[in-house]
Amino acid sequence: MAEATTAAPSPAPAPKPANVTSPEKAVLSVTRQVFMTHTQGTLLANRQWPTDMWRNVWDSFSYRRGAMVLGAIIVGLTAFGFLVGEFGETIQFFHRNYLLWAASEFPVMPSWPAEALWILVKGVIVLHIILINGLFLVWWERKISAHMQSRLGPIFVGGWHGWLQTLADGIKLLLKEDAAPSDRDHFLHALAPALVFVPILLCFAPVPFGRELAAANLDIGVLYVFACSGISVLGIVLAGWASANKYSLLGGLRSAAQLVSYELPRAFSIAPVVALAGSLSLTKVVAAQEGYWFGVIPKWFIFYPVVGQISFIIFLIASVAETNRVPFDIPEAESELVAGFHTEYSGMKFALFFLTEYGYVFLASALLSTFFMGGGAAPLPFLSVLPSWFWFVGKTMFFAFCFLWFRWTFPRFRVDRLMDFNWKFLLPWSFANLLFVAPYLYL
Amino acid sequence: MTEIRSQDLGERIRENQQEKFSDSLKPATRNPQPATSLKTDQMFVNLGPQHPSTHGVLRLALTLDGEVIIRAEPDVGYLHRGTEKLSEVRGYHHCVVMTDRWDYVSAMPNNLVFCLASEKLLNLQVPERAEYLRVIMCELNRLASHLLFFGTYGIDIGAFTPFLHAFREREMVLDLFEMVCGARMTFNYIRIGGVAQDLPQSWIEKCKEFLGYFKFRLKEYDDLLSFNPIFMDRTKNVGLITPRQAVDWGLSGPNIRGSGVPYDVRKTDPYSVYGKLDFEVCVGESGSCWDRYYVRMREMAQSVRLVEHCLNALPSGDIVAKGVAKMPKPMPGEAYAHVEGSRGDLGIYLVSDGSFSPYRMHVRAPSYINLAILQEALVGLKVSDMIAVLGSIDIVLGEVDR
Repeated sequence: MAEATTAAPSPAPAPKPANVTSPEKAVLSVTRQVFMTHTQGTLLANRQWPTDMWRNVWDSFSYRRGAMVLGAIIVGLTAFGFLVGEFGETIQFFHRNYLLWAASEFPVMPSWPAEALWILVKGVIVLHIILINGLFLVWWERKISAHMQSRLGPIFVGGWHGWLQTLADGIKLLLKEDAAPSDRDHFLHALAPALVFVPILLCFAPVPFGRELAAANLDIGVLYVFACSGISVLGIVLAGWASANKYSLLGGLRSAAQLVSYELPRAFSIAPVVALAGSLSLTKVVAAQEGYWFGVIPKWFIFYPVVGQISFIIFLIASVAETNRVPFDIPEAESELVAGFHTEYSGMKFALFFLTEYGYVFLASALLSTFFMGGGAAPLPFLSVLPSWFWFVGKTMFFAFCFLWFRWTFPRFRVDRLMDFNWKFLLPWSFANLLFVAPYLYL
Repeated sequence: MTEIRSQDLGERIRENQQEKFSDSLKPATRNPQPATSLKTDQMFVNLGPQHPSTHGVLRLALTLDGEVIIRAEPDVGYLHRGTEKLSEVRGYHHCVVMTDRWDYVSAMPNNLVFCLASEKLLNLQVPERAEYLRVIMCELNRLASHLLFFGTYGIDIGAFTPFLHAFREREMVLDLFEMVCGARMTFNYIRIGGVAQDLPQSWIEKCKEFLGYFKFRLKEYDDLLSFNPIFMDRTKNVGLITPRQAVDWGLSGPNIRGSGVPYDVRKTDPYSVYGKLDFEVCVGESGSCWDRYYVRMREMAQSVRLVEHCLNALPSGDIVAKGVAKMPKPMPGEAYAHVEGSRGDLGIYLVSDGSFSPYRMHVRAPSYINLAILQEALVGLKVSDMIAVLGSIDIVLGEVDR
């Protein structure tokens, strides 16, 4: 800049572009010449104001390209879903045939390898969905939040829009020194991240990622998911206690109160869904939502008048609270408690807390689409040419986006208002909702 | 820190100190409890100086009962650079440079107040164009400062996005400053007797473009944060400061106006050309955090109005008074000048002994005086409310410690 200001004042101000062909070039040249010092030297030559860029956004090449890429991604994913089809069923076809063959008159091989392989396949799919998805959800969050805030977010690592940024961060966290306070409770401090992380892996077992694509088709799936996710609270409280830090302790206590409280309306809001489906099995809940009214409106529980919407909203709010995210991120309220219960965690232990949060976001989104949006059911009859897992992942991703959206829009609740909101608003309404569902059961 | 301004307040402080004593002797006397109940204890938390929401190096020594604050003591001085003392060995022009470093978020009013005091000592008549330029710069700087407040207050309350939206607009103000004086933070633009430079080419158009753009952004801020139910829940009826309290503790700026006291130096003691300009003093209702916040938001609209008015009425002519010496040497005497800075009543007291440098300089820093009320306003609040109150007082530690 010093060079620019001391430059010779010889060049006359460039004339305004009269009739430039490309509007983008016109915008650029206007911007370039507007910033002049009184000595005629150029200053701030390549600085663009929002007023320049927003004059007509469609004039900008990058804007058009972005729209095209977005369209291409949607079309490409749809085509991919159409081509690959129901691979869940395909795999299961081989599995069944092998079992038939093994149980036939001349069994060459025992049936347990097939069972083991089948469990392995399902386990690998579920594990990958949690772990890989965690990686990409972090990247996604960073990009989306960046664009909501007129930033760019990670842009370099991996070449295309920084898509490998989270992987690089993960490697960094793995290699990082595990700094911890010396007067911590050594055992509990190490136990807490594991206690938080393991339940999220277990939680995904009964979630149907499409038709027949559940790792374990449990009859008490709903109960199991809520029970498992409840264990994580213990880990958070332990982390707060074992860190020997006052902020951590406050964060841990807050989260204990919050998570335990919000589990009540969350479970009660599902009661009408379970009553309508007649089963606690997640697969059967999905099966109960198949079909269309008048051939157009899908029979999803969210479309059941009154009861569906109330359940959905209560479950959505309680899920955001359960995942410790804004506007309910009281346990880790950074402006008050530095980082809450994970203040004293670093390296991979911190990464586990982080990964768990995104795992729960994905779980909550998956449960939302399972309970209320028909799981893998297509929104319109003719759209069922696309496989069920495509619809399931699409809906889940939409809800995951909603979680990010909330986070970057809302401020944080105060801790006592949070409790009021739960006990005085959500819980009574979830009880009232049990009354509203009664007429449906008699119809 | 504890300056006793009134009878009832003095009693309150004495009570507080007595409690301190009894607390140290018998910790459980505060909440006498049956012997069978759980043993509870108070917790002492050092909030800062390395805490994300103390906006710098403020240390708050908090005593907590659960999450309720029972005692709060602001501790300052971590950023002390001794500019008042330094001024005693520097010439008047050199002191203007140091004023930039007090309230580095809004440095133009700092420049202005020192120059006003020096001009009183030197009996200088500032040309009218320079006066208008000073007002334009001060009001633009108020915009920049309030935008920073808006963004950081959102972060305090937990909303991150408004911060970067505010900074997008703040960048434009800083660009305007950069065009005028080459600096984005420490301007040294307003000089004794006038201003440093005239406006560059096409600056006025650029400024008008910004103002037109900014008016719509104010509406956006209201949608995004001001009238957000969660935000209002966090800040309305929180950290109430009564008008009496506000006057007792010597608050100024948006903090006292938030309590409903229409005290604005621009109106009560007009300096520069504010007497000729038309604007309204924004006043809050209840003295809550939200009122203090929203006073600032409305002040931004007023600043836009003022800048537009000044740009239209900008006369031509000189920008520096005639006969400003390179090393001014005023007659022995003293002068006090105060302006409405972005954070309140910013005053400066200069004593000259007839030499090249001031004999004594004293700064009435609004942040420092506003900060003192925390020890009374925070008691009885929760920790999360503490953040809301501290944010709404809007301190800049550079000015607190000088």
